[in-house]
Amino acid sequence: MGIFDDLRFFGGFKLTLKQVLEPRVTREYPKEKQPKPPRAHGRHVLNRYEDGMEKCIGCELCAAVCPADCIYVRGADNNPDAPTSPGERFGFVYEINYLRCIHCDLCVEACPTEAITESKLFEFSFTSRADAIYTKAELVVDDEGRPQHLPWEDWREGEDQHTSGWMRATAPNGAAQYEGEVQWSGELGHGVRPPEAGQSGRRDDEATGNISVRAVSRNKIPVRLGGKVR
Amino acid sequence: MASWTGLESLNHNFLTGKLEDLVKWSREHSMWPATFGLACCAIEMMAAGAADFDLARFGMEVFRPSPRQADLMIVAGRVSQKMAPVLRQVYDQMVEPKWVISMGVCASTGGMFNNYAIVQGVDQVVPVDVYAPGCPPSPQTLMHAILTLHEKVRTGEITRRRDAAGAGAGVDLAGEVPGWTQPLERPVHIGTPR
Repeated sequence: MGIFDDLRFFGGFKLTLKQVLEPRVTREYPKEKQPKPPRAHGRHVLNRYEDGMEKCIGCELCAAVCPADCIYVRGADNNPDAPTSPGERFGFVYEINYLRCIHCDLCVEACPTEAITESKLFEFSFTSRADAIYTKAELVVDDEGRPQHLPWEDWREGEDQHTSGWMRATAPNGAAQYEGEVQWSGELGHGVRPPEAGQSGRRDDEATGNISVRAVSRNKIPVRLGGKVR
Repeated sequence: MASWTGLESLNHNFLTGKLEDLVKWSREHSMWPATFGLACCAIEMMAAGAADFDLARFGMEVFRPSPRQADLMIVAGRVSQKMAPVLRQVYDQMVEPKWVISMGVCASTGGMFNNYAIVQGVDQVVPVDVYAPGCPPSPQTLMHAILTLHEKVRTGEITRRRDAAGAGAGVDLAGEVPGWTQPLERPVHIGTPR
């Protein structure tokens, strides 16, 4: 047993030392957020038309289609003198229980007036069950068309601009030849939004705020595994 | 109400105030979770512990397999009626102080499994401190819940505990316990953790 046999002990650190030189993959969440996929499903918003009227007509289709039974809607007749929504009825009560919602976006697909869409916000947690039930006053967008920021939600700069990615990714009639056709009405503060990019090779990330997640994650893996180090 | 002894009999002075801050600080930064993964939420919980999200940044990288060594139970997944007594036993075996995060909608309310086999909310079995919504919650949501719990530990009180029975997160309400600790308006100061 020579001294070199004892030094073989340090050979075990080879992998550790090699890993030290690799780029860091950790994303320090409270400081920065991971980019979300283009059609990420998050907390809902209730949209309004460009003139400030609410889009919800209280038809309860979202509540009917919800597989988790997390939506509670009651419609009421509009006051003809001061209508809340352009139609005959409006959503009088609108509640979503976020401790039941599974963010499947079936409500978004069912909605005939694009009233309910999902933002990309996913960073929220509750300390009481009452906080988890969002009422209409909390879900409806404010006068600038942005979702309201509740104290237990972690919104970041610019994140509240993208509130309808999945709705704009699908043709309302479900037919493939309508892909990329604008079939939705304008939103308060945003106007008529362009179709969501990413279908059939079309990408317009500037207009929609999308981020190619695959490119981002490719940049994080080392060169010898086929990635690209920033 | 039981007689309150120990630290509660002390007056709240400068020394005990600083000691309290130290105790809260150490509890906040060395919280060891017990592994209680029950369904797909556990996959996200594992992802939160891995390098991409790295729970070691919060001093909680060791998921203890033994409840005796853990002080945070992350109930990740749906709890069936048969699992509920096991869950309660694991919770009872954990030593004080202990906290519970209900991760995911199935653990919180039963979620889309509104049927006879699933407990409709794990807070019927154990007292829950923080609920993380989502199906499953992303690792960021879990970290948000953990940071909310840290905030709760930091702004809470060190000696007063919840009721032993599971009655939801709102059980530590003001006016329940006499003593030197002043009751809070709300159990926790909720804010966006940064």
